[in-house]
Amino acid sequence: MAVKTKKATPKKSNTIKLKFDTSWDYSPAPESKSAATINKQYDLFINGEWQKPASKKYFDTINPAKEEKLSEVADANEADVNKAVVAARNAYEKVWKKMPAKERAKYIFRIARMVQEKARELAIIESLDGGKPIRESRDFDVPTAANHFFYYAGWADKLEYAFPNRRTEPLGVAGQIIPWNFPLLMAAWKIAPALATGNTVVLKPAETTPLTALKLAEIIQEADLPPGVVNIITGAGATGAAIVNHPDVNKIAFTGSTDVGKIIQRAIAGTSKKATLELGGKAANIIFEDAPLDQAVEGVINGIFFNQGHVCCAGSRLYVQESVAKQVIRKLKDRLESLIVGDPLDKNTDIGAINSRSQLETIHKYINIGKKEGAEMYESSCRLPGKGFFCRPTLFTNVAQSNRIAQEEIFGPVLAILTFRTDDEVIEKANNSPYGLSAGVWTDKGSKIFNMTKRMRAGVVWANTFNKFDPTSPFGGYKESGFGREGGLHGLLPYLNLVN
Amino acid sequence: MEKTIKKSSLTISENGLEKKNASRRLEVLKTYKIYIGGQFPRTESGRYYIPTNAAGKKLANVCLSSRKDFRDAVVAARGAVSGWSGRAAFNRSQILYRMAEMLEGRKAQFIDELIQQDSTKAKAEKEVNLAIDRLIYYAGWCDKFQQLFSAVNPVASSHFNFSVPEPTGVVAVIAPQGDSLLGLVSVIAPVIAGGNTCVVLASETKPLCAVTFAEVLNSSDLPGGVVNILTGKPSELATWFVDHMDVNATIYCENNSDTQKMMREKSATNLKRIFFYDKINWYTDEGQSPYFIMDTQEIKTTWHPVENIAGAGGGY
Repeated sequence: MAVKTKKATPKKSNTIKLKFDTSWDYSPAPESKSAATINKQYDLFINGEWQKPASKKYFDTINPAKEEKLSEVADANEADVNKAVVAARNAYEKVWKKMPAKERAKYIFRIARMVQEKARELAIIESLDGGKPIRESRDFDVPTAANHFFYYAGWADKLEYAFPNRRTEPLGVAGQIIPWNFPLLMAAWKIAPALATGNTVVLKPAETTPLTALKLAEIIQEADLPPGVVNIITGAGATGAAIVNHPDVNKIAFTGSTDVGKIIQRAIAGTSKKATLELGGKAANIIFEDAPLDQAVEGVINGIFFNQGHVCCAGSRLYVQESVAKQVIRKLKDRLESLIVGDPLDKNTDIGAINSRSQLETIHKYINIGKKEGAEMYESSCRLPGKGFFCRPTLFTNVAQSNRIAQEEIFGPVLAILTFRTDDEVIEKANNSPYGLSAGVWTDKGSKIFNMTKRMRAGVVWANTFNKFDPTSPFGGYKESGFGREGGLHGLLPYLNLVN
Repeated sequence: MEKTIKKSSLTISENGLEKKNASRRLEVLKTYKIYIGGQFPRTESGRYYIPTNAAGKKLANVCLSSRKDFRDAVVAARGAVSGWSGRAAFNRSQILYRMAEMLEGRKAQFIDELIQQDSTKAKAEKEVNLAIDRLIYYAGWCDKFQQLFSAVNPVASSHFNFSVPEPTGVVAVIAPQGDSLLGLVSVIAPVIAGGNTCVVLASETKPLCAVTFAEVLNSSDLPGGVVNILTGKPSELATWFVDHMDVNATIYCENNSDTQKMMREKSATNLKRIFFYDKINWYTDEGQSPYFIMDTQEIKTTWHPVENIAGAGGGY
């Protein structure tokens, strides 16, 4: 008797399409602006006091979420830069170099404590000025900045333990130029190790996000740091160039684009200036079929949408093993829908404002390039605020290795998804980039993790996690992502000469 | 019938038979070639130059390497990176030690060449001895510097986090012009001890030892391509040593400020790491240290979560 075979039922996807249009609304939960004070105008912080710029010029800094002016800051010209470098040199020769290391340490500890005390205010200003969600500035940027000062403070009187068989000497005056994506945190990353190792500082924050660095200047003043040890001056590219080219600067520490990094490297040729360059990236984030997929998807989302994707180490290239690609892409799209885009000061917000109009234009330019190159775009259906610079979280599938969205740094909430079959193939693809800042791998198999983390040419490799930072953990790139390390024991060396 | 040797027409010397009254045995001259990918080709350019010693004696017809030779050498060096860096550190250690053994065995030849290049016997002996000892020194470091310069970083979150040095890749080296053997060995050894591969331009005026050193390398189980040695002019080739997009780091040992400026400028092309070892006395202890190894290392930091189940205790 013939057995009637049951007609196979179409295979159901094992993911459930979540409906986000029903009961997923959050009530607004805005952080109050009243806990922060922003002056109408800021001068330059030189030699421990606020000085009017020689240029007599000021420029506006705006809130990118509202396109409203927050304050205006001084535009430092060459004369101002010179004043700051002279102040830093004097402070180095007369005070800082001679001060017992343990006293130096206590100043830095003091700064760390004051950043903690003013954490709420700093977080609010960071979100106002830069557009990042208050959840991130409150829980990540500000505490990590304070911790960075605290960590390096302790190193000041222990340097002889860091480099076996060598004595250490500070370099002198460090010129430091930082970007707009983590304004306060980058200031901490630069200033803390420089001071701990006995150098003095001229720091320039980015022109779109100067306010928390200026708040930090107030803290430094309040901490009674000897005048001139830290000078904070504001301005745009020309100000930065004046710092780089100043003959009495011994060290350039720069975080920013690879293009500008190369300009700096050329500019300091023929001088004895040392440099640390922390530049762009196009990190590969790799998901193997045996990975815990929900965790991986969460990690990928955090990897690319953290801080609106304005992260040099963002996981902007996703490589998914073919066998799970469909499932992962489906989960990613679902998760994309649930991201809350909007007011940076709202505590529910996942994705805040794009930092500036020009950056928004860059991102749109790349989205159009991606479409033109034949990749498939998918963006969240979320509504964007009527005013301000916002961008929907976006992903591209069917991306080719040679596509510009897979090769070039976009610095925005745009993920390029590619697929692979074998370990060797994905290593080849992941390393096929002039950058080498960070990388990620997701798999449940321990030996595979170490195989991959070893072979990926990047300075920071996250396995089954992504975008984690810590003061004790060295950060910095391979290849065209720059050189030198920031953080940890290895972050000391860029500010020291080793002597026999 | 018994063959008799007429002593009147033949003399027997230690070296064998020689015709009476013949001129002394003709010396076999060595062709000094370059060393790429474990082979000894001539320069593709077909060019040569003739370095002379202080007395004006011609040393040899030496290959005048071209940009193309350099590029070929980089291809060989790049091809050797994954194999060499993938070797166990202990294995690299043994190979460097083997290099020292081979050099020790050919001491006389190196001393002879150094003397041809204007050294005195005493100085040449000292230089060769130091070169051998330097290889032994770095052989010992191969599997130790990582322990010294690594860190387990006590991050505040629940992660295991560690930083280790890794070779940067292909290193282009313009060797010291003066100490043609000791300088050469002192710059090559730390680069390869750390797992990098290299392309080295020998001393222009004193190239003999460099080529003979390639023969030492060739018989030391050092895989082809790990060290590639060119002869030629730094003034011609320096620019390509920093311009090449597939070179990760460049080392230059002369105190020529124009060249240094040019090199640092061009190093920006692909942000290769650049080092000037122009104030180092290779005869002293300052000429050797694990910090030389660290110059051509990158620090990689790896993170992994540590499961943190609520209420779990410390285990002790």
